[in-house]
Amino acid sequence: MASVTLSAVSKIYHGGVEAVRGVSFEVPDGSFCVLVGPSGCGKSTLLRMIAGLETITGGTVRIGERVVNDIEPADRDIAMVFQNYALYPHMSVYDNMAYGLRNRGTPKAEIEARVAEAARILAIEPFLDRRPRQLSGGQRQRVAMGRAIVRKPQVFLFDEPLSNLDAKLRVQMRVEIKRLQRSLGVTSVYVTHDQVEAMTLSDVLVVMNAGQVEQIGRPIDLYRKPATRFVAGFLGSPAMNFLPGTVVDARTVSIGGGTLRVAPGTGTAGPGTTVEVGIRPEDLRIAAPGEGLRVAVEFIEELGATQLVHGRLGDAPLTIQVATGEAPSGDAFEIAASPEALHLFDPATTARL
Amino acid sequence: MVERKGALARILPHLVLLTGVAIVAFPVYLALIGATHESSVIANGQMPLTPGGAALDSYYRAIVIGPSRTTREPVGTMLLNSFTMAMLIAVGKIAISLLSAFAVVYFRFPFRKAAFWMIFITLMLPVEVRIYPTYKVAADLGLLDTMAGLTLPLIASATATLLFRQFFMTVPDELVEASKIDGAGPMKFFFDTLLPLSRTNMAALFVILFIYGWNQYLWPLLITTRDDMQTIVIGIKKMIVTSDAITEWQIVMATAVLAMLPPVLIVIVMQKLFVRGLVETEK
Repeated sequence: MASVTLSAVSKIYHGGVEAVRGVSFEVPDGSFCVLVGPSGCGKSTLLRMIAGLETITGGTVRIGERVVNDIEPADRDIAMVFQNYALYPHMSVYDNMAYGLRNRGTPKAEIEARVAEAARILAIEPFLDRRPRQLSGGQRQRVAMGRAIVRKPQVFLFDEPLSNLDAKLRVQMRVEIKRLQRSLGVTSVYVTHDQVEAMTLSDVLVVMNAGQVEQIGRPIDLYRKPATRFVAGFLGSPAMNFLPGTVVDARTVSIGGGTLRVAPGTGTAGPGTTVEVGIRPEDLRIAAPGEGLRVAVEFIEELGATQLVHGRLGDAPLTIQVATGEAPSGDAFEIAASPEALHLFDPATTARL
Repeated sequence: MVERKGALARILPHLVLLTGVAIVAFPVYLALIGATHESSVIANGQMPLTPGGAALDSYYRAIVIGPSRTTREPVGTMLLNSFTMAMLIAVGKIAISLLSAFAVVYFRFPFRKAAFWMIFITLMLPVEVRIYPTYKVAADLGLLDTMAGLTLPLIASATATLLFRQFFMTVPDELVEASKIDGAGPMKFFFDTLLPLSRTNMAALFVILFIYGWNQYLWPLLITTRDDMQTIVIGIKKMIVTSDAITEWQIVMATAVLAMLPPVLIVIVMQKLFVRGLVETEK
């Protein structure tokens, strides 16, 4: 096993497009790192640079102690799971898994043992003689993972492996990937644009935007203390509400005619400064008339266990998540939030205050 | 009324098709019948529509002896020449096109675009157009009356290169990347992945190119003068034109029938793959 260390890695394509700019972070040995961000943020490019499928324009990538910048993908001791699985259509499931080992000159008995072991772990033993096209999406996904497992690599790389599956299967495979990674203990780097996958799978979460790292940390820390407005808006579903506010004093902000208390320790600014106030929909609650901020109801979405109330506070759109049955019946109501739930951001730099 | 109309509407297309089949099949039938009669029958101006009794003799003389007064070579040799030529052309064209399409699609080399367009432009220059310079080059290289001279100039193929290029471009990039990670170099990827995936395309192309090679007339006519290098298409032509003897029509007919057989066999044998290669879209 090995750690993966990126130092000031950048990628500039022919024509000057900067896909990745000066990214540095370390994935500790045996941990599960998820790169998440909107499409075009450079997360896939970064993964492909670790894999060796893209050349590295600047900086170094290390796997363990070894700088791998100029090492061929096959010699980097990695395995990759692709979005469309990239199984060889003309080979049986067995051959798909064995191909890489054969190319390395692994003894035949060893190949058989490893494929059998992987097939057992992934429960694809009955399909070993089939062709990929005779398998369902979930089974193909397993074969792709099997191909990665049999190589016993230092690092697993996943490039949006679940995005071709239907919603139910995606949840199931997500759990399986996590379980598998835990039991094998192989360092993994996983790219996704799905923030639920990102939150649930990662030990280390890297949020990327426009070729740069926005924040790195434990997923729960990123959720609780997003460093930028981007991270705040990206993690969490439904997304965080952002309301324009003005600082009244160190413990109070005014929003849309009312005021909300800010928890001690929350960064704030001098009185009169305009700030962006972020509040998660699940942190808002309905207040008694006269006690909170007035919200005009637009419509209500039923999610079964909860309801999403979409409304407006002044001009700003707002979403509130409440338990089913708690949604107000009128066309306006008042909301409140606990002081700890408020995140203040500088509107100019978008950084957390 | 409606039913009668329906019946007519059903019969009419069949009548049209049957007429078409008859038009195509009748000359073939005539050739089959002609080969079964004595030489004197057709020479006398008759063209019987029922089989005669000389079939074995005609085919035996065509294959083993040949019409002694005209071509001097038995049809067996011609068949072998034609078969060798068509095979070399088909296999050669496929091999060259696969490799050049592989180069154009998967490698970044200087003047790649230029190379591709030059291949493309040769589409506009079939053998007939460039026949004089090609003959000159073949002659200077000492390729006259050789199998190499017969096949090489016909092997370069833009059509097949373009076809494989189109096919290779539909192969997902991730397959190349997976191969890289699996430790397969470019040629290993070519042989282990690209070739098996191109199998049906190759089969379809092989059928078309084999028939193309088999039917070559102008180029073999120019490049070969020796009798033992003759192809069957030219052989038939030579049998017909005789200035000092009676054309042995029964042998001409037998030769024509024999000339039809190999392409027909190729089509029948490769039919399944051929059709799949033409219609298959699934990767």
